[in-house]
Amino acid sequence: MERQPNPLITAALLLIPYAGLLCVPLYNSRDPQILGFPFFYWYQLLWIPLTVLLTWVAYRRVRHDDQY
Amino acid sequence: MTTSIDFAALGVFVGFFALVTVMGFWAARWRQPASLASLDEWGLGGRRFGTWITWFLVGGDFYTAYTVIAVPALVYAVGAYGFFALPYTIIVYPFVFAVMPALWRAAKREGHVTAPDVVYAKYRWRPLELAIAATGVIATMPYIALQLVGMATVFKALGLAGELPLVIAFVILAVYTYSSGLRAPALIAFVKDIMIYIAVIAAVAVIPSKLGGYGAVFAAADSAFQAKGSGGLLLAPSQFVPYATLALGSALAAFMYPHTLTGIFASASANTIRKNAILLPAYTLLLGLLALLGYMGHAAHLNVTNNNDVVPALFQVLFPGWFVGFAFAAIAIGALVPAAVMSIGAANLFTRNFWKPYVNQDVSPDGEARVAKIASLVVKVGALLVILLLPTRFALDLQLLGGVWILQTLPAVIFALFLPWPKASALFSGWLVGFGSGTYLAIADGVKPLHTVAIGASAITAYTGLWALLLNVGTVVVVTIAIRLLSPKGQAGAP
Repeated sequence: MERQPNPLITAALLLIPYAGLLCVPLYNSRDPQILGFPFFYWYQLLWIPLTVLLTWVAYRRVRHDDQY
Repeated sequence: MTTSIDFAALGVFVGFFALVTVMGFWAARWRQPASLASLDEWGLGGRRFGTWITWFLVGGDFYTAYTVIAVPALVYAVGAYGFFALPYTIIVYPFVFAVMPALWRAAKREGHVTAPDVVYAKYRWRPLELAIAATGVIATMPYIALQLVGMATVFKALGLAGELPLVIAFVILAVYTYSSGLRAPALIAFVKDIMIYIAVIAAVAVIPSKLGGYGAVFAAADSAFQAKGSGGLLLAPSQFVPYATLALGSALAAFMYPHTLTGIFASASANTIRKNAILLPAYTLLLGLLALLGYMGHAAHLNVTNNNDVVPALFQVLFPGWFVGFAFAAIAIGALVPAAVMSIGAANLFTRNFWKPYVNQDVSPDGEARVAKIASLVVKVGALLVILLLPTRFALDLQLLGGVWILQTLPAVIFALFLPWPKASALFSGWLVGFGSGTYLAIADGVKPLHTVAIGASAITAYTGLWALLLNVGTVVVVTIAIRLLSPKGQAGAP
Protein backbone atom coordinates (compact mmCIF):
# COMPACT_ATOMS: atom_id res chain seq x y z
CA MET A 1 0.00 0.00 0.00
CA GLU A 2 1.50 3.29 -1.13
CA ARG A 3 1.39 6.07 1.45
CA GLN A 4 -0.70 9.06 0.43
CA PRO A 5 1.03 12.45 0.81
CA ASN A 6 -0.43 14.59 3.58
CA PRO A 7 -3.06 16.89 1.97
CA LEU A 8 -2.45 19.56 4.61
CA ILE A 9 1.13 19.98 3.40
CA THR A 10 -0.12 20.19 -0.18
CA ALA A 11 -2.58 22.92 0.86
CA ALA A 12 0.20 24.75 2.72
CA LEU A 13 2.36 24.72 -0.42
CA LEU A 14 -0.45 26.40 -2.34
CA LEU A 15 -0.93 29.04 0.37
CA ILE A 16 2.71 30.19 0.44
CA PRO A 17 2.34 32.57 -2.56
CA TYR A 18 -0.56 34.29 -0.80
CA ALA A 19 1.66 34.97 2.21
CA GLY A 20 4.53 36.15 0.04
CA LEU A 21 2.45 38.55 -2.04
CA LEU A 22 -0.26 39.81 0.30
CA CYS A 23 2.15 41.00 3.03
CA VAL A 24 2.83 44.20 1.12
CA PRO A 25 5.16 45.91 3.67
CA LEU A 26 7.58 43.00 3.15
CA TYR A 27 8.50 44.21 -0.30
CA ASN A 28 7.51 47.85 -0.59
CA SER A 29 11.08 49.10 -0.92
CA ARG A 30 13.45 50.39 -3.57
CA ASP A 31 16.58 48.44 -2.58
CA PRO A 32 18.18 46.08 -3.35
CA GLN A 33 17.86 46.75 -7.06
CA ILE A 34 18.58 44.25 -9.84
CA LEU A 35 19.24 45.37 -13.44
CA GLY A 36 17.65 48.73 -12.69
CA PHE A 37 14.48 47.11 -11.25
CA PRO A 38 13.56 48.33 -7.75
CA PHE A 39 12.95 45.53 -5.20
CA PHE A 40 9.15 46.04 -5.32
CA TYR A 41 9.10 44.99 -8.96
CA TRP A 42 11.56 42.12 -9.16
CA TYR A 43 10.32 40.60 -5.92
CA GLN A 44 6.78 40.28 -7.31
CA LEU A 45 8.03 39.05 -10.69
CA LEU A 46 10.15 36.45 -8.86
CA TRP A 47 6.98 35.03 -7.32
CA ILE A 48 5.87 33.87 -10.77
CA PRO A 49 8.54 31.11 -11.05
CA LEU A 50 8.28 30.44 -7.30
CA THR A 51 4.52 29.89 -7.55
CA VAL A 52 4.99 27.67 -10.59
CA LEU A 53 7.51 25.61 -8.64
CA LEU A 54 5.26 25.29 -5.57
CA THR A 55 2.25 24.37 -7.72
CA TRP A 56 4.33 21.79 -9.56
CA VAL A 57 5.38 20.20 -6.26
CA ALA A 58 1.71 20.17 -5.22
CA TYR A 59 0.88 18.57 -8.58
CA ARG A 60 3.33 15.78 -7.91
CA ARG A 61 1.66 15.15 -4.57
CA VAL A 62 -1.95 14.74 -5.79
CA ARG A 63 -3.48 11.86 -7.69
CA HIS A 64 -4.12 12.90 -11.24
CA ASP A 65 -5.42 9.81 -12.92
CA ASP A 66 -9.00 10.95 -12.27
CA GLN A 67 -11.23 10.97 -15.30
CA TYR A 68 -14.29 12.18 -13.38
CA MET B 1 -0.19 60.96 -31.15
CA THR B 2 -0.41 60.72 -34.91
CA THR B 3 -3.85 60.54 -36.40
CA SER B 4 -2.92 60.41 -40.10
CA ILE B 5 -3.20 56.95 -41.65
CA ASP B 6 0.00 54.91 -41.86
CA PHE B 7 -0.65 52.57 -44.78
CA ALA B 8 2.03 50.02 -43.86
CA ALA B 9 0.47 49.71 -40.41
CA LEU B 10 -3.06 49.59 -41.78
CA GLY B 11 -2.14 46.98 -44.42
CA VAL B 12 -0.59 44.58 -41.88
CA PHE B 13 -3.50 45.20 -39.51
CA VAL B 14 -6.16 44.42 -42.11
CA GLY B 15 -4.21 41.37 -43.31
CA PHE B 16 -4.15 39.76 -39.86
CA PHE B 17 -7.76 40.68 -39.24
CA ALA B 18 -8.75 38.95 -42.47
CA LEU B 19 -6.72 35.88 -41.49
CA VAL B 20 -8.52 35.40 -38.18
CA THR B 21 -11.88 36.00 -39.83
CA VAL B 22 -11.23 33.09 -42.18
CA MET B 23 -10.05 31.00 -39.23
CA GLY B 24 -13.20 31.89 -37.29
CA PHE B 25 -15.45 30.50 -39.99
CA TRP B 26 -13.23 27.51 -40.72
CA ALA B 27 -13.22 26.63 -36.99
CA ALA B 28 -16.63 24.94 -37.37
CA ARG B 29 -14.78 22.13 -39.19
CA TRP B 30 -11.89 21.98 -36.75
CA ARG B 31 -12.01 18.67 -34.83
CA GLN B 32 -15.40 18.33 -36.45
CA PRO B 33 -18.01 16.43 -34.45
CA ALA B 34 -20.92 14.55 -36.01
CA SER B 35 -23.05 17.61 -35.23
CA LEU B 36 -22.42 21.04 -33.71
CA ALA B 37 -26.06 21.21 -32.65
CA SER B 38 -25.71 20.79 -28.86
CA LEU B 39 -24.39 22.97 -26.07
CA ASP B 40 -21.59 20.49 -25.40
CA GLU B 41 -20.31 21.03 -28.92
CA TRP B 42 -21.26 24.65 -29.69
CA GLY B 43 -20.76 26.01 -26.18
CA LEU B 44 -17.89 23.86 -24.89
CA GLY B 45 -16.11 22.69 -28.04
CA GLY B 46 -16.95 19.06 -27.21
CA ARG B 47 -15.15 19.17 -23.81
CA ARG B 48 -12.06 17.80 -25.49
CA PHE B 49 -9.57 20.67 -25.25
CA GLY B 50 -6.24 19.33 -24.04
CA THR B 51 -3.48 21.10 -22.17
CA TRP B 52 -2.21 23.32 -24.98
CA ILE B 53 -5.54 24.37 -26.46
CA THR B 54 -6.78 25.18 -22.97
CA TRP B 55 -3.62 27.14 -22.27
CA PHE B 56 -4.11 29.30 -25.35
CA LEU B 57 -7.87 29.62 -24.82
CA VAL B 58 -7.83 30.56 -21.12
CA GLY B 59 -4.74 32.73 -21.61
CA GLY B 60 -6.50 34.35 -24.52
CA ASP B 61 -9.70 35.15 -22.70
CA PHE B 62 -8.36 35.95 -19.24
CA TYR B 63 -5.63 38.38 -20.36
CA THR B 64 -7.88 40.53 -22.53
CA ALA B 65 -7.26 43.40 -24.94
CA TYR B 66 -8.58 45.73 -22.33
CA THR B 67 -5.91 44.43 -19.93
CA VAL B 68 -3.22 45.16 -22.48
CA ILE B 69 -4.45 48.76 -22.75
CA ALA B 70 -5.66 49.48 -19.22
CA VAL B 71 -2.96 47.97 -16.99
CA PRO B 72 -0.11 50.04 -18.51
CA ALA B 73 -2.48 53.05 -18.54
CA LEU B 74 -3.10 52.70 -14.80
CA VAL B 75 0.62 52.22 -14.10
CA TYR B 76 1.36 55.30 -16.23
CA ALA B 77 -1.15 57.28 -14.18
CA VAL B 78 -0.55 56.09 -10.60
CA GLY B 79 2.62 53.97 -10.55
CA ALA B 80 3.13 51.04 -8.16
CA TYR B 81 -0.55 50.81 -7.20
CA GLY B 82 -1.42 49.80 -10.77
CA PHE B 83 0.75 46.71 -10.35
CA PHE B 84 -1.85 44.96 -8.16
CA ALA B 85 -2.71 43.07 -11.36
CA LEU B 86 0.59 41.19 -10.92
CA PRO B 87 0.00 39.60 -7.47
CA TYR B 88 -3.64 39.11 -8.55
CA THR B 89 -2.71 37.04 -11.60
CA ILE B 90 -0.17 35.02 -9.61
CA ILE B 91 -2.28 34.00 -6.61
CA VAL B 92 -5.23 33.15 -8.83
CA TYR B 93 -3.51 29.93 -9.97
CA PRO B 94 -3.10 28.07 -6.68
CA PHE B 95 -6.84 28.75 -6.28
CA VAL B 96 -7.53 27.35 -9.75
CA PHE B 97 -5.38 24.31 -8.96
CA ALA B 98 -7.22 23.60 -5.72
CA VAL B 99 -10.82 24.31 -6.76
CA MET B 100 -11.38 24.02 -10.49
CA PRO B 101 -10.62 20.30 -10.99
CA ALA B 102 -13.47 19.52 -8.56
CA LEU B 103 -15.82 21.84 -10.46
CA TRP B 104 -14.83 20.23 -13.76
CA ARG B 105 -15.45 16.73 -12.37
CA ALA B 106 -18.90 17.68 -11.07
CA ALA B 107 -19.80 19.19 -14.45
CA LYS B 108 -18.42 16.36 -16.56
CA ARG B 109 -20.03 13.63 -14.48
CA GLU B 110 -23.53 15.01 -14.93
CA GLY B 111 -23.20 16.91 -18.20
CA HIS B 112 -23.37 20.42 -16.72
CA VAL B 113 -22.40 23.40 -18.85
CA THR B 114 -22.43 26.25 -16.30
CA ALA B 115 -21.57 26.85 -12.64
CA PRO B 116 -25.24 27.38 -11.65
CA ASP B 117 -25.99 23.97 -13.24
CA VAL B 118 -23.59 22.44 -10.72
CA VAL B 119 -25.08 24.40 -7.82
CA TYR B 120 -28.62 23.43 -8.83
CA ALA B 121 -27.67 19.76 -9.05
CA LYS B 122 -26.43 19.95 -5.46
CA TYR B 123 -29.30 21.86 -3.88
CA ARG B 124 -32.26 21.45 -6.28
CA TRP B 125 -33.44 24.99 -5.55
CA ARG B 126 -34.15 27.24 -8.53
CA PRO B 127 -33.86 30.72 -6.93
CA LEU B 128 -30.20 30.11 -6.01
CA GLU B 129 -29.42 28.85 -9.51
CA LEU B 130 -31.11 31.87 -11.07
CA ALA B 131 -29.29 34.31 -8.78
CA ILE B 132 -25.89 32.94 -9.76
CA ALA B 133 -26.75 32.77 -13.46
CA ALA B 134 -28.17 36.30 -13.57
CA THR B 135 -25.11 37.63 -11.73
CA GLY B 136 -22.87 35.97 -14.31
CA VAL B 137 -24.73 37.50 -17.24
CA ILE B 138 -24.86 41.07 -15.89
CA ALA B 139 -21.21 40.95 -14.78
CA THR B 140 -20.14 39.77 -18.24
CA MET B 141 -22.00 42.35 -20.35
CA PRO B 142 -19.84 45.36 -19.35
CA TYR B 143 -16.74 43.17 -19.67
CA ILE B 144 -17.60 42.59 -23.34
CA ALA B 145 -18.20 46.33 -23.72
CA LEU B 146 -14.69 47.01 -22.40
CA GLN B 147 -13.20 44.77 -25.07
CA LEU B 148 -14.81 47.16 -27.54
CA VAL B 149 -13.14 50.06 -25.75
CA GLY B 150 -9.79 48.30 -26.23
CA MET B 151 -10.49 47.73 -29.90
CA ALA B 152 -11.70 51.31 -30.41
CA THR B 153 -8.43 52.60 -28.90
CA VAL B 154 -6.30 50.91 -31.55
CA PHE B 155 -8.72 51.82 -34.36
CA LYS B 156 -8.39 55.45 -33.32
CA ALA B 157 -4.58 55.16 -33.20
CA LEU B 158 -4.60 53.66 -36.71
CA GLY B 159 -6.43 56.76 -37.91
CA LEU B 160 -9.71 54.92 -38.58
CA ALA B 161 -12.24 57.52 -37.57
CA GLY B 162 -15.83 56.96 -36.57
CA GLU B 163 -17.67 53.96 -35.23
CA LEU B 164 -18.05 52.01 -38.47
CA PRO B 165 -14.79 49.94 -38.14
CA LEU B 166 -15.88 48.84 -34.67
CA VAL B 167 -19.34 47.84 -35.88
CA ILE B 168 -17.89 45.89 -38.83
CA ALA B 169 -15.36 44.04 -36.63
CA PHE B 170 -18.05 43.14 -34.16
CA VAL B 171 -20.57 41.96 -36.73
CA ILE B 172 -17.94 39.64 -38.24
CA LEU B 173 -17.15 38.32 -34.77
CA ALA B 174 -20.83 37.79 -34.02
CA VAL B 175 -21.39 35.82 -37.22
CA TYR B 176 -18.52 33.39 -36.85
CA THR B 177 -19.18 32.85 -33.15
CA TYR B 178 -22.76 32.07 -34.12
CA SER B 179 -21.70 29.44 -36.64
CA SER B 180 -18.59 27.92 -35.00
CA GLY B 181 -19.23 28.36 -31.26
CA LEU B 182 -16.32 27.99 -28.84
CA ARG B 183 -14.14 26.42 -31.54
CA ALA B 184 -13.75 29.87 -33.17
CA PRO B 185 -12.14 31.73 -30.25
CA ALA B 186 -10.15 28.59 -29.31
CA LEU B 187 -8.57 28.50 -32.75
CA ILE B 188 -8.08 32.26 -33.02
CA ALA B 189 -6.53 32.31 -29.53
CA PHE B 190 -3.46 30.55 -30.97
CA VAL B 191 -2.84 33.44 -33.36
CA LYS B 192 -3.78 36.12 -30.84
CA ASP B 193 -1.57 34.85 -28.03
CA ILE B 194 1.48 34.28 -30.22
CA MET B 195 1.08 37.78 -31.67
CA ILE B 196 0.72 39.35 -28.21
CA TYR B 197 3.82 37.48 -26.97
CA ILE B 198 5.84 38.73 -29.96
CA ALA B 199 4.60 42.32 -29.58
CA VAL B 200 5.23 42.52 -25.84
CA ILE B 201 8.59 40.75 -25.90
CA ALA B 202 9.75 43.06 -28.71
CA ALA B 203 8.52 46.04 -26.72
CA VAL B 204 10.23 45.13 -23.44
CA ALA B 205 13.45 44.13 -25.23
CA VAL B 206 13.70 47.04 -27.68
CA ILE B 207 12.10 50.01 -25.97
CA PRO B 208 14.36 50.22 -22.87
CA SER B 209 17.48 50.15 -25.07
CA LYS B 210 16.07 53.13 -26.99
CA LEU B 211 15.29 54.91 -23.74
CA GLY B 212 18.57 54.21 -21.89
CA GLY B 213 17.84 50.95 -20.04
CA TYR B 214 15.42 49.94 -17.27
CA GLY B 215 17.23 52.07 -14.68
CA ALA B 216 16.53 55.15 -16.81
CA VAL B 217 12.91 54.07 -17.38
CA PHE B 218 12.24 53.79 -13.63
CA ALA B 219 14.09 57.06 -12.95
CA ALA B 220 12.06 58.91 -15.59
CA ALA B 221 8.80 57.58 -14.14
CA ASP B 222 9.93 58.53 -10.63
CA SER B 223 10.65 62.13 -11.58
CA ALA B 224 7.37 62.36 -13.53
CA PHE B 225 5.42 61.26 -10.42
CA GLN B 226 7.35 63.73 -8.24
CA ALA B 227 6.68 66.56 -10.68
CA LYS B 228 3.00 65.63 -10.72
CA GLY B 229 2.86 65.30 -6.93
CA SER B 230 0.90 62.02 -7.00
CA GLY B 231 1.66 58.38 -7.68
CA GLY B 232 5.08 56.83 -7.21
CA LEU B 233 7.37 53.86 -7.76
CA LEU B 234 6.46 52.53 -4.32
CA LEU B 235 3.17 52.28 -2.46
CA ALA B 236 2.18 54.77 0.23
CA PRO B 237 1.46 52.99 3.54
CA SER B 238 -2.23 53.87 3.11
CA GLN B 239 -2.22 51.81 -0.10
CA PHE B 240 -0.95 48.55 1.46
CA VAL B 241 -4.34 47.10 2.39
CA PRO B 242 -6.10 48.34 -0.78
CA TYR B 243 -3.31 46.79 -2.90
CA ALA B 244 -3.47 43.41 -1.15
CA THR B 245 -7.27 43.21 -0.96
CA LEU B 246 -7.73 44.24 -4.59
CA ALA B 247 -5.29 41.48 -5.59
CA LEU B 248 -7.00 38.87 -3.39
CA GLY B 249 -10.56 39.87 -4.27
CA SER B 250 -9.82 39.96 -8.00
CA ALA B 251 -8.10 36.56 -7.81
CA LEU B 252 -11.09 34.97 -6.05
CA ALA B 253 -13.51 36.56 -8.54
CA ALA B 254 -11.55 35.81 -11.73
CA PHE B 255 -12.66 32.22 -12.19
CA MET B 256 -16.27 32.88 -11.24
CA TYR B 257 -16.85 34.76 -14.52
CA PRO B 258 -18.68 32.74 -17.18
CA HIS B 259 -15.89 33.19 -19.74
CA THR B 260 -13.11 31.78 -17.58
CA LEU B 261 -15.39 28.97 -16.38
CA THR B 262 -16.23 28.13 -19.99
CA GLY B 263 -12.51 27.50 -20.54
CA ILE B 264 -12.50 25.24 -17.47
CA PHE B 265 -15.58 23.24 -18.48
CA ALA B 266 -14.25 22.83 -22.04
CA SER B 267 -11.08 21.10 -20.77
CA ALA B 268 -10.59 17.43 -21.56
CA SER B 269 -9.80 16.40 -17.98
CA ALA B 270 -9.27 17.61 -14.42
CA ASN B 271 -5.59 17.08 -14.99
CA THR B 272 -5.65 19.45 -17.98
CA ILE B 273 -6.73 22.14 -15.50
CA ARG B 274 -4.01 21.27 -12.97
CA LYS B 275 -1.34 21.42 -15.66
CA ASN B 276 -2.70 24.76 -16.79
CA ALA B 277 -2.50 26.15 -13.27
CA ILE B 278 1.23 25.49 -13.60
CA LEU B 279 1.59 26.74 -17.19
CA LEU B 280 -0.70 29.79 -17.26
CA PRO B 281 1.57 32.00 -15.09
CA ALA B 282 3.68 32.45 -18.24
CA TYR B 283 1.01 34.97 -19.24
CA THR B 284 1.42 36.71 -15.90
CA LEU B 285 5.09 37.25 -16.67
CA LEU B 286 3.97 38.83 -19.92
CA LEU B 287 1.48 41.01 -18.04
CA GLY B 288 4.13 42.13 -15.55
CA LEU B 289 6.44 43.19 -18.36
CA LEU B 290 3.56 44.80 -20.20
CA ALA B 291 2.68 46.88 -17.14
CA LEU B 292 6.16 48.42 -17.37
CA LEU B 293 5.10 50.01 -20.67
CA GLY B 294 3.36 52.56 -18.45
CA TYR B 295 6.76 53.69 -17.10
CA MET B 296 8.28 53.58 -20.57
CA GLY B 297 5.59 56.07 -21.55
CA HIS B 298 7.14 58.52 -19.07
CA ALA B 299 10.67 57.78 -20.27
CA ALA B 300 9.58 58.44 -23.87
CA HIS B 301 7.98 61.74 -22.73
CA LEU B 302 4.65 60.86 -24.28
CA ASN B 303 1.97 63.47 -24.09
CA VAL B 304 -1.40 61.73 -24.19
CA THR B 305 -4.81 63.18 -23.49
CA ASN B 306 -6.26 59.81 -22.45
CA ASN B 307 -4.15 57.38 -20.39
CA ASN B 308 -5.50 54.51 -22.50
CA ASP B 309 -3.52 55.91 -25.45
CA VAL B 310 -0.15 55.20 -23.75
CA VAL B 311 0.40 51.75 -25.27
CA PRO B 312 -0.61 52.63 -28.85
CA ALA B 313 1.33 55.91 -28.71
CA LEU B 314 4.46 54.16 -27.41
CA PHE B 315 4.40 51.67 -30.28
CA GLN B 316 3.83 54.44 -32.82
CA VAL B 317 6.72 56.53 -31.54
CA LEU B 318 9.25 53.72 -31.25
CA PHE B 319 8.46 51.12 -33.93
CA PRO B 320 8.25 51.10 -37.75
CA GLY B 321 4.80 51.20 -39.33
CA TRP B 322 4.52 47.53 -40.24
CA PHE B 323 5.27 46.45 -36.65
CA VAL B 324 2.79 48.99 -35.31
CA GLY B 325 0.16 47.35 -37.52
CA PHE B 326 1.17 43.92 -36.18
CA ALA B 327 0.99 45.02 -32.54
CA PHE B 328 -2.35 46.78 -33.02
CA ALA B 329 -3.74 43.71 -34.79
CA ALA B 330 -2.61 41.66 -31.77
CA ILE B 331 -4.58 43.96 -29.46
CA ALA B 332 -7.70 44.04 -31.64
CA ILE B 333 -7.70 40.26 -32.09
CA GLY B 334 -7.02 40.12 -28.36
CA ALA B 335 -10.43 41.77 -27.95
CA LEU B 336 -12.21 39.29 -30.23
CA VAL B 337 -11.23 36.13 -28.33
CA PRO B 338 -12.54 37.18 -24.90
CA ALA B 339 -15.58 38.90 -26.40
CA ALA B 340 -16.49 35.64 -28.18
CA VAL B 341 -15.93 33.44 -25.11
CA MET B 342 -17.81 35.89 -22.87
CA SER B 343 -20.83 35.93 -25.15
CA ILE B 344 -20.77 32.12 -25.35
CA GLY B 345 -20.51 31.86 -21.54
CA ALA B 346 -23.43 34.26 -21.09
CA ALA B 347 -25.43 32.42 -23.76
CA ASN B 348 -24.83 29.07 -22.02
CA LEU B 349 -26.12 30.60 -18.75
CA PHE B 350 -29.21 32.01 -20.42
CA THR B 351 -30.00 28.71 -22.12
CA ARG B 352 -29.34 26.34 -19.23
CA ASN B 353 -30.43 28.38 -16.26
CA PHE B 354 -33.23 30.52 -17.68
CA TRP B 355 -34.64 29.09 -20.92
CA LYS B 356 -34.62 25.46 -19.85
CA PRO B 357 -36.16 25.82 -16.36
CA TYR B 358 -38.62 28.63 -17.10
CA VAL B 359 -39.51 28.58 -20.80
CA ASN B 360 -39.14 25.12 -22.24
CA GLN B 361 -38.25 22.28 -19.90
CA ASP B 362 -38.25 19.71 -22.68
CA VAL B 363 -35.84 21.59 -24.93
CA SER B 364 -33.74 19.19 -27.03
CA PRO B 365 -29.92 19.41 -27.24
CA ASP B 366 -30.39 20.79 -30.72
CA GLY B 367 -32.87 23.37 -29.43
CA GLU B 368 -30.46 24.38 -26.64
CA ALA B 369 -27.76 25.14 -29.18
CA ARG B 370 -30.21 27.23 -31.22
CA VAL B 371 -31.28 29.28 -28.20
CA ALA B 372 -27.65 29.80 -27.14
CA LYS B 373 -26.58 30.94 -30.60
CA ILE B 374 -29.27 33.61 -30.69
CA ALA B 375 -28.52 34.61 -27.07
CA SER B 376 -24.84 35.10 -27.99
CA LEU B 377 -25.90 37.50 -30.76
CA VAL B 378 -28.19 39.45 -28.43
CA VAL B 379 -25.47 39.76 -25.77
CA LYS B 380 -22.97 41.11 -28.31
CA VAL B 381 -25.41 43.57 -29.84
CA GLY B 382 -26.25 44.77 -26.31
CA ALA B 383 -22.58 45.40 -25.54
CA LEU B 384 -22.12 47.21 -28.85
CA LEU B 385 -25.11 49.46 -28.17
CA VAL B 386 -23.79 50.28 -24.68
CA ILE B 387 -20.52 51.47 -26.22
CA LEU B 388 -22.11 53.35 -29.11
CA LEU B 389 -24.90 55.05 -27.18
CA LEU B 390 -23.65 55.54 -23.63
CA PRO B 391 -20.50 57.25 -22.29
CA THR B 392 -17.50 54.92 -21.78
CA ARG B 393 -17.63 55.83 -18.08
CA PHE B 394 -20.86 53.83 -17.83
CA ALA B 395 -19.22 50.60 -19.04
CA LEU B 396 -16.23 51.16 -16.74
CA ASP B 397 -18.49 51.70 -13.72
CA LEU B 398 -20.56 48.63 -14.55
CA GLN B 399 -17.40 46.57 -14.99
CA LEU B 400 -16.24 47.64 -11.53
CA LEU B 401 -19.62 46.71 -10.04
CA GLY B 402 -19.52 43.47 -12.06
CA GLY B 403 -16.35 42.44 -10.21
CA VAL B 404 -18.05 43.06 -6.86
CA TRP B 405 -21.14 41.13 -8.02
CA ILE B 406 -19.41 38.07 -9.46
CA LEU B 407 -17.39 37.66 -6.24
CA GLN B 408 -20.70 37.15 -4.40
CA THR B 409 -21.30 33.91 -6.32
CA LEU B 410 -18.14 32.37 -4.87
CA PRO B 411 -19.62 30.98 -1.60
CA ALA B 412 -22.45 29.13 -3.37
CA VAL B 413 -20.05 27.46 -5.83
CA ILE B 414 -17.39 26.63 -3.25
CA PHE B 415 -19.88 25.34 -0.68
CA ALA B 416 -21.68 23.23 -3.29
CA LEU B 417 -18.39 21.58 -4.22
CA PHE B 418 -16.71 21.08 -0.88
CA LEU B 419 -18.97 21.77 2.11
CA PRO B 420 -22.63 21.23 1.22
CA TRP B 421 -23.83 21.76 4.81
CA PRO B 422 -25.43 25.22 4.38
CA LYS B 423 -29.01 25.25 3.16
CA ALA B 424 -29.65 26.71 -0.29
CA SER B 425 -31.75 29.44 1.31
CA ALA B 426 -28.76 30.41 3.50
CA LEU B 427 -26.51 30.66 0.43
CA PHE B 428 -29.18 32.69 -1.32
CA SER B 429 -29.46 35.05 1.67
CA GLY B 430 -25.68 35.46 1.65
CA TRP B 431 -25.69 36.25 -2.05
CA LEU B 432 -28.50 38.78 -1.55
CA VAL B 433 -26.71 40.53 1.32
CA GLY B 434 -23.35 40.51 -0.50
CA PHE B 435 -24.83 41.75 -3.76
CA GLY B 436 -26.93 44.42 -2.09
CA SER B 437 -24.30 45.70 0.32
CA GLY B 438 -21.53 45.63 -2.31
CA THR B 439 -23.64 47.59 -4.77
CA TYR B 440 -24.73 50.07 -2.12
CA LEU B 441 -21.22 50.68 -0.76
CA ALA B 442 -19.63 51.01 -4.21
CA ILE B 443 -22.27 53.47 -5.42
CA ALA B 444 -22.31 55.43 -2.15
CA ASP B 445 -18.53 55.84 -2.51
CA GLY B 446 -19.00 57.26 -6.02
CA VAL B 447 -18.47 53.93 -7.85
CA LYS B 448 -15.02 53.40 -6.38
CA PRO B 449 -13.54 49.95 -5.67
CA LEU B 450 -12.43 50.83 -2.12
CA HIS B 451 -14.47 51.30 1.02
CA THR B 452 -13.31 52.48 4.44
CA VAL B 453 -14.68 50.79 7.54
CA ALA B 454 -14.03 52.24 10.98
CA ILE B 455 -13.21 49.52 13.50
CA GLY B 456 -12.80 51.08 16.91
CA ALA B 457 -10.29 53.90 16.63
CA SER B 458 -8.72 52.68 13.42
CA ALA B 459 -10.12 52.73 9.90
CA ILE B 460 -9.45 50.05 7.30
CA THR B 461 -9.74 50.81 3.60
CA ALA B 462 -10.12 47.66 1.51
CA TYR B 463 -11.67 46.31 -1.70
CA THR B 464 -15.44 46.75 -1.52
CA GLY B 465 -16.06 43.33 -3.09
CA LEU B 466 -14.17 41.67 -0.24
CA TRP B 467 -16.14 43.57 2.43
CA ALA B 468 -19.34 42.40 0.71
CA LEU B 469 -17.97 38.84 0.57
CA LEU B 470 -17.37 38.93 4.34
CA LEU B 471 -21.00 39.98 4.91
CA ASN B 472 -22.07 37.31 2.41
CA VAL B 473 -20.25 34.44 4.18
CA GLY B 474 -21.28 35.78 7.60
CA THR B 475 -24.92 35.70 6.50
CA VAL B 476 -24.56 32.13 5.18
CA VAL B 477 -23.19 30.97 8.53
CA VAL B 478 -25.77 32.82 10.64
CA VAL B 479 -28.77 31.75 8.54
CA THR B 480 -27.58 28.14 8.43
CA ILE B 481 -27.23 28.04 12.22
CA ALA B 482 -30.61 29.74 12.66
CA ILE B 483 -32.33 27.22 10.37
CA ARG B 484 -30.76 24.29 12.18
CA LEU B 485 -31.72 25.64 15.59
CA LEU B 486 -35.27 26.56 14.61
CA SER B 487 -36.25 23.53 12.57
CA PRO B 488 -37.50 20.56 14.59
CA LYS B 489 -35.39 17.42 14.32
CA GLY B 490 -36.17 15.20 11.36
CA GLN B 491 -37.67 17.99 9.26
CA ALA B 492 -34.51 19.12 7.51
CA GLY B 493 -36.02 18.67 4.06
CA ALA B 494 -36.77 22.34 3.29
CA PRO B 495 -34.27 24.22 1.10
